[in-house]
Amino acid sequence: MTNAPFVVMKAVAKRWNGQLGVEDISLDIDEGSFVALLGPSGCGKSTSLRLLAGLEIPDEGQILIDGRDVTTSAASDRNLSMVFQSYALFPHLSVAENVIFGLKVRRVPRAERAKKMKRALQITGLEGLEHRKPGELSGGQRQRVALARAIVAGQRLCLMDEPLSNLDAKLRNSVRKDIKKLQRDLGITVIYVTHDQTEAMSMADKVVLMKDGRIQQVGTPDDLYNRPANTFVAEFVGAPPMALIQSSVLGGFDASLTLGLRAEHVSIVSKGEGQLSCTVSEAEFLGSETLIGLSHEGTVGLSVLQPGLALLDEGTTVDIAFDAANLHKFNQEGDRMSEV
Amino acid sequence: MNKHINLEKRRQAIYGWLLLSPAAVLLSLFAFYPSFATFVSSLFSKKTRRKPSEFIELENYADLFADPTFWLVVKNNLFYAAITIPVSIAIALAMALWANSKIPARGFVRTAYFTPTVLPMIAAANLWLFFYTPGLGVLDQIGSLFGLPSVNWLGQPETALWAVIIVTIWKEAGFFMIFYLAALQTIPEDLKEAADIEGCSRWTYTRRIVLPLLMPTTLFIMVNAMINSVKLIDHLFILTKGGPSDASKLILYYIWEMAFAFFDAPHAAAMTILVLAVLCVVAAIQFFYLDRRTHYQ
Repeated sequence: MTNAPFVVMKAVAKRWNGQLGVEDISLDIDEGSFVALLGPSGCGKSTSLRLLAGLEIPDEGQILIDGRDVTTSAASDRNLSMVFQSYALFPHLSVAENVIFGLKVRRVPRAERAKKMKRALQITGLEGLEHRKPGELSGGQRQRVALARAIVAGQRLCLMDEPLSNLDAKLRNSVRKDIKKLQRDLGITVIYVTHDQTEAMSMADKVVLMKDGRIQQVGTPDDLYNRPANTFVAEFVGAPPMALIQSSVLGGFDASLTLGLRAEHVSIVSKGEGQLSCTVSEAEFLGSETLIGLSHEGTVGLSVLQPGLALLDEGTTVDIAFDAANLHKFNQEGDRMSEV
Repeated sequence: MNKHINLEKRRQAIYGWLLLSPAAVLLSLFAFYPSFATFVSSLFSKKTRRKPSEFIELENYADLFADPTFWLVVKNNLFYAAITIPVSIAIALAMALWANSKIPARGFVRTAYFTPTVLPMIAAANLWLFFYTPGLGVLDQIGSLFGLPSVNWLGQPETALWAVIIVTIWKEAGFFMIFYLAALQTIPEDLKEAADIEGCSRWTYTRRIVLPLLMPTTLFIMVNAMINSVKLIDHLFILTKGGPSDASKLILYYIWEMAFAFFDAPHAAAMTILVLAVLCVVAAIQFFYLDRRTHYQ
């Protein structure tokens, strides 16, 4: 692995009729890493991916792949593969024909084509389905055909646009592991768009969280969860998300701060011993634990996790305690204040 | 319980028949019965004042096969079909591909292409009559700019059928384009993007992806074009009346002439039955042979 990043986006912007597409996207991606572009719908994550793929051309900025400036190159010249959200399989072609379509277009000799296809089908567990049409496959199988098509050519960069969003929850879990394993085994670089933070956090080495066409934070899953760069990240990442408390509620801080607090750092204590007295707004039994939502003036999303089944009636008043060291501090603009 | 299910089944059956009956009644009245009656009358001789109509088996058909005009008309019609069907389909496809791409004034282009279809055939034929008029017509005027001699397109046997063919293609291509346009819009955008990433040229994409996906539409259009090639004769009445010396006469026009100009209903009936039989066979071949090689979504 070289020191220079494999994929670089430099201040890339794309606008549509003056409306914001993405703005000032700068990103370095190392070879062999798994990067997730995460964000709510309409945040520009798919646009960023399409810019990388060459399906859109940026209005500003520069894109480099493997040290080569590909800002305005055609998609086919960028040596990458892509998995589409809809899979984009050719409905009239069989699984085998779908997989080797690109090789055929690139005039790869027949023997090599067959060898590569065999391997791709083996890796994705599609053997025996070669002659089926996409219409005769289940959603999970179709997804694997899309994957096989993406890896068959042996490109070092693979872009994935919400590849799991059309699968049911159970399948999603197993395919998630398959994709991660595939990426590691093949040593390819994957850039993965998703709106599902579980996918991003569990698969990615590096998560890029976006909102309204701008990058909010780039970091490891640990960074995003434990050191959110601003209140948006704090509220987006984690289930339940971080609670935000106005500093005036607690006292002892500058008045204009916002404080963040994770549910796992909160505990319920007996009356009179806690820092804050809240009302129970809801209680959700999750199996191994119970999530209790709390409300208090000046707070958003305050909650506490209790082990096992520990439902509380709505409207009950409880006292909560937490260690001040676990509080995240954000300034008036919502940006994280460096740890003092 | 069982009785209940039977009752429900019968209710469903009655419901189904009730839904089918309006169409079935109308079709029987105006399509099946007339076809059958035509077939029956084709087996009888022509009724004159002196001689009543009598059963003569297939004599009317034998007469037709012995009639050189009939063979000329068949030949004309085959030629007419062989040119108009593929050419109008090819033009329709080209226009649809173009009108479906991201071009400025796309709506205008589509409307412009579709206009010939909206015009009544009689009006269109009159328009073309003007184009073809020797000396005065647009074609001759353009030709004279380049010093070409005046040509009587409709008045000479060598060009009359061609002139009629061109009018038909002009009229039909826009109509077929609409079907292709509709089909093109059902092809998802990301197939093109997936092909782009694989480095697929526009031509390869069209040939390997778009055309196969358009096959069901092509099949439908082919059957329609084939039927139209025997059905559409309005323009003959305006342009050539089948002339000169039967050079542009098509089957349906000949049938009409036989029945309403020569008042020979039995021969017209026999010819109608032949046309129906041929159309059925060709449609069956198209559906059963091409259908198997067609991908339906």
